[in-house]
Order: sequence, then C-alpha cells, then structure tokens
Amino acid sequence: MSEKEPLFSSKNMKLLTNPLNENNPITVQVLGICSALAVTVKVQPAFVMALSVTAVMAFSNVIISLLRNTIPTRIRIIVQLVIIASLVILVDQLLKAYVYDISKQLSVFVGLIITNCIIMGRLEAFALGNKPWPSLLDGIGNGAGYGIILVIIAVIRELFGSGTIAGFQIIPQSFYDFGYVNNGLMILPPMALVVVGVIIWVQRAKNKDLQES
Amino acid sequence: MKKQTNLYIFAYASIMVIVVAAILSFASIALKPAQMKNLEIEKKLDILRSVNLAADASNVKDKNSYVEGEFDKFIKQRLVVDYKGNVKEGVDAFEITLKEEQAKDIEDRNLPLYVCQFEDGSVKYIIPVLGKGLWGPIWGNIALNEDMNTIYGVTFDHKGETPGLGADINKPFFMEPFKGKQIMNGDKFVSIIVHKGGAPEGDIHGVDAISGGTITSKGLEAMVKTCLSDYVPYFNNVRK
Repeated sequence: MSEKEPLFSSKNMKLLTNPLNENNPITVQVLGICSALAVTVKVQPAFVMALSVTAVMAFSNVIISLLRNTIPTRIRIIVQLVIIASLVILVDQLLKAYVYDISKQLSVFVGLIITNCIIMGRLEAFALGNKPWPSLLDGIGNGAGYGIILVIIAVIRELFGSGTIAGFQIIPQSFYDFGYVNNGLMILPPMALVVVGVIIWVQRAKNKDLQES
Repeated sequence: MKKQTNLYIFAYASIMVIVVAAILSFASIALKPAQMKNLEIEKKLDILRSVNLAADASNVKDKNSYVEGEFDKFIKQRLVVDYKGNVKEGVDAFEITLKEEQAKDIEDRNLPLYVCQFEDGSVKYIIPVLGKGLWGPIWGNIALNEDMNTIYGVTFDHKGETPGLGADINKPFFMEPFKGKQIMNGDKFVSIIVHKGGAPEGDIHGVDAISGGTITSKGLEAMVKTCLSDYVPYFNNVRK
C-alpha cells in the first residue's frame, strides 16, 4: 500500500482547477452548450443553474465512485442515468419549494440537466475509475468550469441586453437620455452562441496549448 | 466474474430502483406543502396583478405575507355563480380548479368570480380563465369594471408557448391594449377579437395578435370567449 496522499495534493488540486481553464467543459470540450444558450439571459437563473449542475455533478460523481466496484458493467449506463435522474428530480423539487420564481424561469432546463453530456461524461471518464474524494473534486471542478462560463455569458448578455447585472441597473439613465438603447439581439439565443465563440477565441489566443497547429 | 451473473444484475437493478423510489417519494411528500404554498401565492398574485395591484411583489422581502396581505385587503368577496347567473352558496371560489369545471356540463359548472374593492370604493370583477395555446395550457385573469363590460386589466400566462412568439402573451405590450376594450355590443356578447395583422384603429372589441404566434393568439381569443360567455347571464343579472 503506497503512502496516503494528502487531501489537497497538487494532483488533486489540478482536478479542481483544470476544468476552469485548460479543460473547460464548455469552451474546450464543447459540452453542455444547450443550456449555456438557453438560461444565460439573466445572471440570476444562470447562477442557480450553475449551482444545480455543480451539485448534481459532485453528488453523482461521489455516488458512482462509491459504487464503482459493485456496478455490473453491462448495466452501468443505466445505473448512471438512474442516479443522475434522481438527483436532478431532487434538485428540481427543492427549487420548486424554495426558489419558485427562479425555478419557473429555468423551467424545463433543470430537467434537462439529466441529458447534460458533461455529467455523464465525467461519470464514465472519471468516477468509474477513481476514489470518491478525487471524484468529488472532479465533479465540483467541472461544475464550476461550466458555471463560470455560464455566468460570464449571462453578465455580458444581461449588461448589453437589459442594462442590468443580476437585476441592478448598471447603465445609468443619462446614457438612455442620450439615445443609448439596449441591444435586443443580446436577449436572443443566437447571441449566446456568438458570445461563447468570442470566449473560446479569447481563451485560445491566450493559451498556446489549446491551439491546433 | 461472479458479479456479472444475470441474477446479480437483476438483484442490483431491483434494489437500486427500490432505494431510489423510496428517496424520491420521501422528498416529494416532504416538499409538497412548500410547493403548494408557492402555487397558492402565485394564483393570488395573478389575481391581484389583473387589477394592477401588488406591483412590489418581486421587491419585497417576505413575498408570501405581502401577497396574502394585499389579497385579503382588496379582494372583498369570492363568489361562485352558475350558468343561470345565480350565486351559489357553500363553495369557495379559490378552491375551484378550472380544468375540472370545464370538463363538466354547463349546468353543473361552478364559475369562480372575485370581487375587488379599491380604497376609493370602486369595484372590479375578476374572472379567471383557462384555455389551450399551441403547445399546452394558457390561463389568465380578466378584470371588468362595474358595468360588466369594459375591461379594466388582464393577466395571461402559459405553460410552454414558443419563446419570443406565443410566449409573449404574458408581456405588457400584448396585455396593455386589452384595457378599456368592451366585451358587449349593446346586449350582445361579442368578447374580444384578436386580429391577425393588427386590429383596426378605434375598434373597441379588438386587439392585435402576436406576429408568428397566431395559434396562441387565436387560442387566447377562444379562451376569453368561452370562459366569459358562461358569465353572461350573471352580468345581465347584475346590470339589471
């Protein structure tokens, strides 16, 4: 038995930080785009969505990792689906009970977390072959990597589309008096795609490792 | 490998399903009261919004008690009427589910009606409506002035109409033009007509449909017409 690894060894920290940048689920792996387009009109729902996905991802990673030696290989996808689906239903019920207005805005997209490819991808690629603690870090890291992009897109879209951030007026009234108008295009889904594209562009321009030769 | 036998797989799947089912049913039962409360508050808020009340609901700290306070303050009466226009006793309008009532024959229908009284003494009658849009149910509240003819205000909402098109029935630009329109032409009930391509200038019964949302708009027109027509005998009784 090898020496026990410290909880926050550099290898474990990498699990947490890698998805934020070099291995970001949205901008590098291009997974989970669907919800990134749909729930990023306002910051608040985007934030709740990010939290929900992170929670589902962290818990499902841990549960699968705990069960990894018992899961029959032939039905492992079904087991993963059942666990993700139950967690998503739990999250949905909690949102409906405690933050009803936001749950109404997120509507069907909470249910669609089940089909978010990032979650199943992480279960297959990581949790099935790793211990619970690294799996938890991996889940949180990927959830955060997804969430940070969601919130960035939402900030940009809400600022230029509605002139607010998280509901607070940012662009002063005097701008509007001078003839400034909110960009209605920002509120529509196509602009989210353009914003994602710009973020990918900026990230690749800065990070040489990501550039394809 | 031992764990790959069919028996193991079946046993594994069965136990997993039972455990998951138990957890989910527990969560559902435990969270039900809070969810029902949210629905009740939303229903009350919708009723208040149709008469332009409770505008601060999204800004106040304790939304639930604010909405309930406003509701108890302004909604003075909850009536249930029948298709002949008589007031029924012993039924609470707030407990009525429109969907169940619409499935019944007209003779058995309980028609809910809320009476709102402002501080200056003026009275508005609020009628909840329910109908079908393109993808699913649409609903709302219609507030009438004391003449039982002129619309004072409306709210509409939907479950899943097309975003940007039919879904816009809950936007002010669509609901605002309903104000001041009339549902009666003399003694005849004409309801509100939703015009594709825009209502003619000065039409007191017509409003603009939503471009690209024609089926939702027409569904809304049918909803307003069928729901309000049940109340016509009651309107006539009150007017007399």
